[in-house]
Amino acid sequence: MKFTMLPSVFAQMFKKPWTNKFPAKYIPANTTKFLADVGAGKAKLIPPVETPPNFRGKIVYDKEKCIGCQLCIKVCPCEAIEFKEKEKKIKIYLSRCCFCSQCNDICPVSCLSMSDEFLLADVDPYSKDLIVE
Amino acid sequence: MKQKTTTKTSYHIPIGPIHPALKEPVFFEFEIDGERIVDVDVKLGHVHRAVEWASRKRNPIQILYIAERICGICSYSHPVAFALAVEDAADIMIPERAEYLRVIQGELERICSHLLWAGVAAHEIGFDTVLFFTWQVRERTLDLTEFLTGNRITKAITMIGGVRRDITKDMLPRIQKDLDYLKECYGKLGKIFLEDKTIKLRSQGAGILTKEDALKLCAVGPTTRASGVKKDVRVDTSYFAYGDLDIDCITPADLTGTVNGDVYDRIIQRLLEVKQSIDLIEQCVDKMPAGDIVAEPKIAKLLAQLKKVNGEGVGRHEAPRGEVIHYVKLDGNDAPFTWKVRAPTYNNILPWIPMLKGEQIADIPIVAASTDPCISCTNRVGIVKDGNKYELTKEQLHKMSVEKTRRLMR
Ligand code: SF4
Ligand code: SF4
Repeated sequence: MKFTMLPSVFAQMFKKPWTNKFPAKYIPANTTKFLADVGAGKAKLIPPVETPPNFRGKIVYDKEKCIGCQLCIKVCPCEAIEFKEKEKKIKIYLSRCCFCSQCNDICPVSCLSMSDEFLLADVDPYSKDLIVE
Repeated sequence: MKQKTTTKTSYHIPIGPIHPALKEPVFFEFEIDGERIVDVDVKLGHVHRAVEWASRKRNPIQILYIAERICGICSYSHPVAFALAVEDAADIMIPERAEYLRVIQGELERICSHLLWAGVAAHEIGFDTVLFFTWQVRERTLDLTEFLTGNRITKAITMIGGVRRDITKDMLPRIQKDLDYLKECYGKLGKIFLEDKTIKLRSQGAGILTKEDALKLCAVGPTTRASGVKKDVRVDTSYFAYGDLDIDCITPADLTGTVNGDVYDRIIQRLLEVKQSIDLIEQCVDKMPAGDIVAEPKIAKLLAQLKKVNGEGVGRHEAPRGEVIHYVKLDGNDAPFTWKVRAPTYNNILPWIPMLKGEQIADIPIVAASTDPCISCTNRVGIVKDGNKYELTKEQLHKMSVEKTRRLMR
């Protein structure tokens, strides 16, 4: 056949696009206002594509359980974890984290785990959302 | 007025390092006569990222994740080659189940990479519908990768002495479903690439790499196999579980009966390899024995064990683009004494020269793309001193190399 892709091209014209229109179908004129509207329940977000089980997202830290052994600091490839000497607890800078989950694996008391939260874009690397402690 | 006589001369076109047609920084200098390429010179060294340097203050576990970031497409091949090198140095035996799991991840990566390449190749000749189709198929493969490893690209699945995540029984139906989808699309893709006139027009007889040149220039991976050289680490050394699997070195001759070593053959080669990979994953799923997935599950213990090691190791793995080699020397410190990476594209750069000579300017993108180059992975040495960047001559490099050997032997 000369044009093997033609049938697919025609079929495509009648199919629903694969793209998930996240977070809104059209780009809002004013993003801050749109987000405020979403907060007030006036507008609705189109949800992102679901993450699979065991996805490696934002780290969750159970501070109470942590024994301050510093093993996680030893294996972190990105030097994203800081030790707080006084409290004997850790502080994770997510803007440096590469989400390898190695700290989760080594922690002897399993006080670190990974959630499925991945919407972590921020203009400030030290914003509250990007620091886990 | 007397007309000035002109002699016909060739002219030079520089392309790169940054150029819209190039996806990664590389510098070409073409000598052109009319439309024909007379000579080519390739210069690398524009994207040195000091990956090996960054390893000097990190322990082997941390380096796994640095190795992963050498290449986005081979984000499994590099860490696994590094792990093989460390296992070689430290005499770690990996459990049998882990050997199979490693094959599955490796072959899945090969499928993703070859599909990505097939799309790029189609794009280079202006056949963008195929680009979208192949990438649609690749998307499913990436979803499967995400399902198995936790993320789409940076898989973080390798561990020294095994793998980090198991494939449980309840995951098998999903894997089979996706493999069936892949097989179905493979049929379609094969038809497009093998029968469509557009692709044949541009790829048959273009960018020929003869078997002699492939051998002489040490080409690796699909590039060399498409020229008829049966070179494949998976078959030649049977590491991982490849020794127990039914695998044979394939060349385009298996489909067409002849080997031309042109771009068309390299397309066929990669398509055949996709099929082989699907088959290998199925074999692994069938044959996988039960058992542990990692030699030493306690990472703190593993680190202590590695710290005691004094020795060197080499890891070789057949990455999608060919053989990747990692060399590592451990000397009883936290960080390894040295770590050296040789990415497959390094070998596949010189073959560009015989491929491109005699071709037309418009063939440059597809011929260059046909070796599936990964420039950023290849750049290992760049010298910047006093703000000037300079290159080393062969003699200087040789001297440095001898010095390094001496230093390492000490
Ligand atoms: S996930 Fe990896 S990079 Fe992030 S804090 Fe843990 S060890 Fe460090
Ligand atoms: S490894 Fe676990 S217990 Fe130890 S410091 Fe890190 S978070 Fe705390």
